[in-house]
Amino acid sequence: MNSRLAAEIWLLSLQHLRLVGLTILIAAAIALPGAVLLARRPVARRWALGFTNIAQTVPSLALFGFLLPFIGIGERTAILALSLYALLPILRNSLTGIVGVDAAVRESALAMGMTERQILWQVELPLAVPSIVAGLRIATVTTIGTATIAAFIGAGGLGVFLVRGISMMDKPALLAGALPAAAMALMADEGLEWIERKLSPG
Amino acid sequence: MKVAMSSAILEIRDLSCELCGCTILRHVNLTVAEGETVVLLGRSGCGKTTLLKAVNGLVPAGSGEIYFEGRAQSQWDVVKMRRRMGYVIQDAGLFPHWTVEANVGLVPRLENWDAARVAERVGTLLETVGLAPGEFRNRYPRQLSGGQRQRVGIARALGADPPLLLFDEPFASLDPITRFELQRQFLELRHTVRKTALFVTHDVREALMLASRIALLRGGTIELLATPAEFLAARTPEAQAFLAGLEENWRPK
Repeated sequence: MNSRLAAEIWLLSLQHLRLVGLTILIAAAIALPGAVLLARRPVARRWALGFTNIAQTVPSLALFGFLLPFIGIGERTAILALSLYALLPILRNSLTGIVGVDAAVRESALAMGMTERQILWQVELPLAVPSIVAGLRIATVTTIGTATIAAFIGAGGLGVFLVRGISMMDKPALLAGALPAAAMALMADEGLEWIERKLSPG
Repeated sequence: MKVAMSSAILEIRDLSCELCGCTILRHVNLTVAEGETVVLLGRSGCGKTTLLKAVNGLVPAGSGEIYFEGRAQSQWDVVKMRRRMGYVIQDAGLFPHWTVEANVGLVPRLENWDAARVAERVGTLLETVGLAPGEFRNRYPRQLSGGQRQRVGIARALGADPPLLLFDEPFASLDPITRFELQRQFLELRHTVRKTALFVTHDVREALMLASRIALLRGGTIELLATPAEFLAARTPEAQAFLAGLEENWRPK
């Protein structure tokens, strides 16, 4: 492997990582507080999950197309679109974790004289942690895959290799894009699974 | 502010409750004096659990008033009030992510006791309910048997020495032998810590064994309020129904 290719793989991998990292940060920054707010509001919860569900069903390439006229091409558009996709798994899993806390546990917390805030921070969130991290894990792994499409709108990342490989029937280029992306997904999966185990209560 | 009788920890006056458009309690009157155990006995759906939950505000009182320690419920800060009422439910409802120590020390911690005092209190309470502190302090609820969990639940309810204990069918899901052990422990506890308790059950034997007085509920009203001895001689229809079940001692032929 020549050193120019190696340098390009390195550069695009970092770019890819940046896309994924910012996407997950933004999605989590919306979905986690969102889950806390929606946990006590069943009606709003149904609407929010419905919206994220719909966002999920729009093909990613089409979503890029829709966003282009408004915010143009480039990294920002890509991150916005990818964040919309990452919302659902994080929101749904966090909600499942919080709402799924045993009703008897919640009731005794309330009856023992804990305030709603104390119940949230000391009981519900700690018990929801495995579920929340699982949501982050799913979102991260899928975003690593989906982010390859960002290359189509000039946002860079490992997708650049894929675009080149497809258009020029260049197998090494395809591998140069696919292998690092796969490795990244596997590492993210393992790493977050480890965190999930570490943070599991009890 | 009306002041209830001085020896009454709890006084329920003309309480009616509605939940989801259904009347659950109708004009319930009940006074619980210091040191006594009043058992709320009745079949499923008679309103006994609702009555218990109205006492600590988990269910909103519709009309009527509940006085706790001489003060109307509406005058209490509900969080403060609940910390003065221990609460034990079926399957204990322990916090699964906390050790026994953290579970039992909950209310003292909420009341900002210092750590050393909480630790000492936890040790005392575990001994009170018959669990060796050294062995059980650091265990998690899933590492306990059903009976041990329920003991921890009782220790947690006794946490900051509340003047009133509420029990919602605490022993219903235990095997008969463990249940009997815990019932005996409950009686012992009453001698050692002299607590006032409101105890919900559908088990007439349990009611007769544990009660100072039995309040028999039917259709959201108290049909009969009697000591165990009086209950055995009672002639009201629901009391008769419960007593019939007691007398029918089934044996293989």
